[in-house]
Amino acid sequence: MVYHQVLVIGGGLAGLRAAIEVRRKGLDVALLSQVYAIRSHSNAAQGGINASLANIEAGRDDNWMKHAYDTVKGSDFLADQDAVEIMAKEAPAAIFELEHWGTPFSRTGDGKIDQRPFGGTEFPRTCFAADKTGRAIMHTLFEQANGLGIKFYPERVMLLLVATDDMCHGIVALNIVTGKLESFGAGAVILATGGYGRVYARSTNSLINTGSGMAIAYYAGAGLEDMEFVQFHPTSLVGTNILMTEACRSEGGYLINNQGERFMKNYAPALMELAPRDIVARAIQIEIQEGRGFENDYVLLDLRHLGEECILERLPEIRLHAINFANVDPIREPIPVQPAQHYSMGGVDCNTDGETEMQGFFASGECACVSIHGANRLGGNSLLETVIFGRRAGAKAAEYVKRKEKASVQEDTLEQALVNMQHRIVALTEGGGGEDPAQIRRELGQTMTEKVGIFREMQQMQEAVNKIADLKVRYQRLRPINHNRIFNLDLVRAYELEKMLDIADIIARGALVREESRGSHYRTDCRARDDEQWLKHTIAHYTPEGPRFSYRKVEITQWEPEARKY
Amino acid sequence: MLKVVTLKVFRFDPQIDEEPHFQEFDIPLRPRMTILDGLFYILEEQDPTLSFRFACREGVCGSCALFINGSYRLACQTQFANLQTKIVVVNPLPHLPLIKDLVVDMTPFFEKYELIMPYLKTLTAPPEREHLQSPTQRKKIKEVIDCILCGCCHSACPMTWTNKEYLGPAALTKAYRFVADSRDEASPERINIVNTEVGIWRCHTTFNCVEACPKMINPTASIQALKRRTVAHWFRLR
Repeated sequence: MVYHQVLVIGGGLAGLRAAIEVRRKGLDVALLSQVYAIRSHSNAAQGGINASLANIEAGRDDNWMKHAYDTVKGSDFLADQDAVEIMAKEAPAAIFELEHWGTPFSRTGDGKIDQRPFGGTEFPRTCFAADKTGRAIMHTLFEQANGLGIKFYPERVMLLLVATDDMCHGIVALNIVTGKLESFGAGAVILATGGYGRVYARSTNSLINTGSGMAIAYYAGAGLEDMEFVQFHPTSLVGTNILMTEACRSEGGYLINNQGERFMKNYAPALMELAPRDIVARAIQIEIQEGRGFENDYVLLDLRHLGEECILERLPEIRLHAINFANVDPIREPIPVQPAQHYSMGGVDCNTDGETEMQGFFASGECACVSIHGANRLGGNSLLETVIFGRRAGAKAAEYVKRKEKASVQEDTLEQALVNMQHRIVALTEGGGGEDPAQIRRELGQTMTEKVGIFREMQQMQEAVNKIADLKVRYQRLRPINHNRIFNLDLVRAYELEKMLDIADIIARGALVREESRGSHYRTDCRARDDEQWLKHTIAHYTPEGPRFSYRKVEITQWEPEARKY
Repeated sequence: MLKVVTLKVFRFDPQIDEEPHFQEFDIPLRPRMTILDGLFYILEEQDPTLSFRFACREGVCGSCALFINGSYRLACQTQFANLQTKIVVVNPLPHLPLIKDLVVDMTPFFEKYELIMPYLKTLTAPPEREHLQSPTQRKKIKEVIDCILCGCCHSACPMTWTNKEYLGPAALTKAYRFVADSRDEASPERINIVNTEVGIWRCHTTFNCVEACPKMINPTASIQALKRRTVAHWFRLR
């Protein structure tokens, strides 16, 4: 068994930032990741990161209160306002810290960090590095982690979170390269495993984003909060669903239907293309459904009028993505786009210090739900969340480990868990029938995209719940899985599939129960927001019979819910 | 357009095989299908024992760098249709230790990265807000910050083939990324690291790295710039 005072699971921005903080507090920390840490999905974040720096003329009256209010309104009043206030207040310092560490932000003429407008905001407050902001910050934090000598365990898949009596002792992981199971003891574990995009057929997420981390925490006793709130990004490239950043529209891009019309004028006349994502995604979906799309599948994102210079300077990678993956050069042609699953507002139930119900277990980033995004996240707030709440989780975990009376390493418990897991892996490789895991995965994705998507309705969601139950039965009868030890993708993917089915089940059931429309959760059979009944968070807990739901009130500090108009 | 392509894949399982071999798979093409899609088709439909790396599938994470039809490419951003051959030959990155099939050990690559002090270093206290950096200063690092550490250039460089100590084009480009950054204050230290026989002077400007880079970075230019700075630094010391 390996032991570290703090073990971080996940090598994206939240995990890296948490690990850096633990190290700065002088503790021994290691970071374990399914891929090399620099390969994580945070790389794919494009448009920017929010902070009320008031760096450009149009934003000079911006301040943290306005950032917080925009966020709360964007969340359709489901966000916890105390958490949102912390985030908005700490945002400028977090950006300056990233800048001091070397993040290559794009600059204004006088050398300050440049800012662009983003959806659902009053002022331009999104700091950016062209259209590669996630990658720019990702490399910066990886660099800092290297400078601090943080120990990395790449290419390990967490299989199990080991906890007894609501106290976390460590994890069991599969070393993908050797095929061996390894146990990691830790004084504290910080989960930062990102979202579950691949549960949906159409998703902007990396292929590694299966939500397994969330599911494993759930099995160990952590609550999953607000899982029915799934963000659909309005503009993903047709075919691959690669993200076409909101910055395309904030730089001035138009959304056009087959009538050649900027149809957002019918949905959000004030903010037009820069309305929040839930609203734009629904608008596009309606245009397509009502026959004003192209090939009944997409609308056009037109950047041509921005000119070559602007595109090459501010959206260069969007251009390359469009060329490489859709054979379209946005300088000359509009880009075919459609909505796709993009982000998980929900996640492991935790407070503003990343603490969960389980002692010694913390969560941060997309896999966590603090909750600052409520029912709909604003663009530019997810990168911010990773650095603010990653730092806070790291600090709290360090404090927790220092405070612990003595390191009570549960070596026997961990070793027993490893042996049990070994048996489960053997059972998986032996198989129980002839079902093809790839087929189950495909059917799951289709079901979620079609029935628990942008528009939801009772009958369809019930069908999804039934279908998932059916797929879970089929999962018990999988064909024998490859038993080769070294770099066994078949095994990893079959193992993940079980978690994906459970995550999908929680999303679909949570959505079915919530009889209202709020933010990203839009029901055609109950279109109104119902604050009396539903201004509350959903919490799902594991039981062998399926998720048990409970509810918790939303923290309201200064903004009472109001009608959400743009 | 071709309907079916043969993907000729390098196979090696150290537990079974004494020597690597190629295995051919027929791939029915979909529009805009990529090599990575093809590998997944094999994994899911034909052979669950195939090993390869992937993550973002959009050319930004650096996982799936491979040697495809004799060129260094990211499998995810290479479409079959653009290769225009009936047989597509896929090899792992050459000159890195082989693990299995298309998976190589990237440790030697990241070891070099770690050697060049790959983080911004300042000696003076940071300002209260951001450092000011003009757009002109920012432009100096615009190209090199695009590096995704995929390893293509390192694998393509004849100098890394013959000298395992050589820092290689990726690490040196990263060193240049900091030397060229107006905010970094550790240039002398960094120049000391690269000013060796296994640093910048090992580069013989073969330009393989330039051809190999899937992000259109010119590592040779970065290395040449480091050489100029090193010489200038040396004159200043005298």
